[in-house]
Amino acid sequence: MRLFEFWLNHGSEFLSAIARHLALVLAATGIAVAVGVPLGVLAYRRPRLGNPLIGLANVVQTIPSLAMFGFLIPLPVIGGIGAKAALIVLTLYALLPVMRTTVSGLKAVDPSVREAGLAMGMTDRQLLFQVELPLARSAILAGVRVATVVGVGTATIAAAIGAGGLGEYIFRGVASVDSTVILAGAIPAAALALLADFLLGKTEQWFSPERSSRKSSKFVLATAAGIVALGLLIGGLLWSERSAGSVVIGSKDFTEQVILGELMAQLIEQNTTIKVQRKLNLGDTLVCETAMRAGDLDLYVEYTGTALTAVFKQSVLLDSNEVNARVAASYAATGRTMLPPLGFNNTYVILVRGDDARRLNLKTISDAAKLSQNWRAGFGSAFLDREDGYKGLVQAYGLKFAESPLAMNLSLTYRALAERQVDLISGDATNGLIAKLDLFALEDDRRYFPPYHAVPVVRTETLNRHPELRALIERLAGKVTDQEMRQMNYEADVERRDASLIVKDFFSRHHELFSMTPTP
Amino acid sequence: MSEFAIEFDRVTFRHAGGATILDEFSLAIDSGETLALVGRSGMGKTTILKLINRLLLPQAGTVRIEGRATTDWNPIQLRRRVGYVLQEVGLFPHMTIGRNVAVVPHLENWPESKINPRVDELLELVGLEPTKFRDRFPRELSGGQRQRVGVARALAADPPILLMDEPFGALDPLTRAEMHREFHRIQSQVRKTIVCVTHDMGEAFALGDKLGVLAEGKLAALAPPNEIARSNNPEVKIFLDALPRLNDGGTER
Repeated sequence: MRLFEFWLNHGSEFLSAIARHLALVLAATGIAVAVGVPLGVLAYRRPRLGNPLIGLANVVQTIPSLAMFGFLIPLPVIGGIGAKAALIVLTLYALLPVMRTTVSGLKAVDPSVREAGLAMGMTDRQLLFQVELPLARSAILAGVRVATVVGVGTATIAAAIGAGGLGEYIFRGVASVDSTVILAGAIPAAALALLADFLLGKTEQWFSPERSSRKSSKFVLATAAGIVALGLLIGGLLWSERSAGSVVIGSKDFTEQVILGELMAQLIEQNTTIKVQRKLNLGDTLVCETAMRAGDLDLYVEYTGTALTAVFKQSVLLDSNEVNARVAASYAATGRTMLPPLGFNNTYVILVRGDDARRLNLKTISDAAKLSQNWRAGFGSAFLDREDGYKGLVQAYGLKFAESPLAMNLSLTYRALAERQVDLISGDATNGLIAKLDLFALEDDRRYFPPYHAVPVVRTETLNRHPELRALIERLAGKVTDQEMRQMNYEADVERRDASLIVKDFFSRHHELFSMTPTP
Repeated sequence: MSEFAIEFDRVTFRHAGGATILDEFSLAIDSGETLALVGRSGMGKTTILKLINRLLLPQAGTVRIEGRATTDWNPIQLRRRVGYVLQEVGLFPHMTIGRNVAVVPHLENWPESKINPRVDELLELVGLEPTKFRDRFPRELSGGQRQRVGVARALAADPPILLMDEPFGALDPLTRAEMHREFHRIQSQVRKTIVCVTHDMGEAFALGDKLGVLAEGKLAALAPPNEIARSNNPEVKIFLDALPRLNDGGTER
């Protein structure tokens, strides 16, 4: 039932996801037919040229789709993120079935019929268009059918590179561990595949050589050409989708990132006339980084510690100012501008129960270290292993526990703490459960944990194009506190609210962010 | 110098594999003549037909059509002047009977107003009622009816030459006999230069004004039927001796 509610609540978004999904598949299939049928004819007429082509298409088919999207991201022109790369991948996948069935359909034409055509004095062209292709028609259509059905499935994965479509729900659902959202995308995708299969099956019958008389033959050809042309047109639109002057905002594929992306998008939409394009849920840091370097992405929110180590491959630094300075310099050197931190620091935090904190007046880890010898601790196994995790922590603060800490699944540690099975855990600073379970984050008063401040990163070229953006985004500096981010994550992960609504509420709490058009 | 409709001048044809099919083969066919060529399977009967409409070219020698070597003809133009009835008929399964018959007129860009009456005329000529058959598809016809359509299609653009490759081989004996009678009726109306190849001496006698017997890549005999029947040529005798048996088991092929 939650599923129907979800669809109802996301009506227009849901419909546009379906439309976009269909557009991607139709365009890719259209291009595949426009390219694959001539290639099939070539392979049939000139096997020496054509067979390697088919071999190549075969190889392409064996590449897992996610890997193919990955390969394409850093490539110029055809690569990047968004519909363009998705079209390329979907077309490549659709090409093989279309080429194959074209060749086999042509090969299946009765040799005596072909000879009759030649003996009648048909030219190669006439033989192809009047005899061979019409007879191969239903075979080719069977290939188109396979290509379309496979395409509907593959297109869901295209959401990973920001091409949109129903896959967006699937990825969103996976990120927030919400099966309802996964199903909201998966069920219509499956239904689309079945529907496409059914309709094309009908068309296949209708196209079969015996059913089409002389008049309808031209009609059928015109219809097919029309559909292919429509596919090409949609493909062209999708290809050049990025409208001039618009700003593309991205995010990685977890809750906090999607909220931050939405935050940036609404900030710009509410205060300027700049057109904003959202490419949220884009896989990991690497996807966002490469997309930005390729110019497909104008803006996303990164964490300073992640930028330092994962993007710029430097070693861990503890001092926030130094990290900020280094990261800002590295971004500046690569055509990006790092804007001031939003405020919160999504680093490791040491958590205790809220009532303990209030009762014992605990504020900092140092406070806790004085009492910890009677406590039990639970940590995620990664935290226990890392150099900058448990070992360094106990050294930095002289922490001692009643027994050696429990290694447990990270997401279980929050509940274990709330249920008094352990007394101290490590967690993510901005996890929504901190608020939900009334946990208290102790201040890292000795600055042990490296900083992971959230910073908007914008392509410098984009800032030059829209100079007003800098001041606008700078207004957010320091506005998103740990507490505030935690609350928003909580609303998304626990209350299952939409990022757009959560962000709207954020802005209504912060009227001061709107100087030009205050929200009502 | 008299001009033959079709002339083979010391033609040699070898398959890519190397087997020599025709060895300095010579033959001349007068305009309006019906030549029936008899030979065993693999003796190059179909090859001869394909050399005439330039589906094949000889390795040596010359094939002349209306006095011009086939190598000098534009193959497309040549083929449109030479009707061809295939062994397997080879009707286009995706086209109606009417459209099948109209293929060459369409290729020749005849106006529709001329094509339609021509199709009906031809269907009538081969004994198929136009209103009944025009809009049917080949798969809806019997073997004999399809063969008639094959003949109509070959005659559509009124080509001066007609090639027939075992045209009635796949039919039952009664239908075949009927087709032989029809053949003579049609030929008396259209007066084409016809080359018909068959492995069946009986059919050759039934169809040809003149009979040719193929052996070892050459023409073993070429004469009117009554002379062939009396021939002492051993190659010819083989076929003549086979006649009664073939008639007994005529449906075998």
